[in-house]
Amino acid sequence: MSATPVLTVSVLYFGLVKEKLGMGRETLEVAAGTGVDELMRELAERHGIEDLGAGSLRVAVNLEYVESSRVLVEGDEVAIIPPVAGG
Amino acid sequence: MPSSRRWQEARVFAISPEPIDMAAVTEAVADEQAGAVATFGGMTRAHNRGRRVIRLEYEAYDEMAVAEFRRLAGEAAGRWPLARTAIVHRSGVVPVGELSVAIAVSAEHRAEALAACAWLIDSLKHVAPIFKKEHFEGGEVWIGSLADCEHE
Repeated sequence: MSATPVLTVSVLYFGLVKEKLGMGRETLEVAAGTGVDELMRELAERHGIEDLGAGSLRVAVNLEYVESSRVLVEGDEVAIIPPVAGG
Repeated sequence: MPSSRRWQEARVFAISPEPIDMAAVTEAVADEQAGAVATFGGMTRAHNRGRRVIRLEYEAYDEMAVAEFRRLAGEAAGRWPLARTAIVHRSGVVPVGELSVAIAVSAEHRAEALAACAWLIDSLKHVAPIFKKEHFEGGEVWIGSLADCEHE
């Protein structure tokens, strides 16, 4: 069985999440075929971000909000968007 | 195109770490075909939900926020016959009494300019990836977070 191909994505953090994690950006390698929902589970495990109210987090890929079923591709810029409060 | 006009075009949708010049935002939507300009300015106020606010701190996902401003302006132009739209939001610390956001919309007549301006600020608040930390007397909280809800 050949190894699963790997792709590289960047993940951006803002606001409360950025503050809790102490970083605004990281680069991750994920298996090809990984979806946004799976990435979120992995991040939750890795960083404990479910404690920050994962239900209220939205996700954007390449500057647009996406559904959690979106499948990641090489070079995607994934942004974890906490509750917005502009205005 | 005069240089001042070029500057305005470039500043029509922006995240600005500098104080917002409402006159410049308004001027950016001036149009010979437009007889109405509606503007909205959002300002840091001294009290929020019983807390005395010292300052607000905004953080934006700049690139996406500007993309959302542009998208919202396009959607507004599809709903109302508008001439021009400008949206500028501040980032960083905004002391009490300073503008955090400015929106200007020009149209042939006032009804559509006013309606579009109101729709734009309501929509911006729901979708623009901009985050706000309120520093109040005795603490600080990210607005919209679980910790914030516990203050309600």
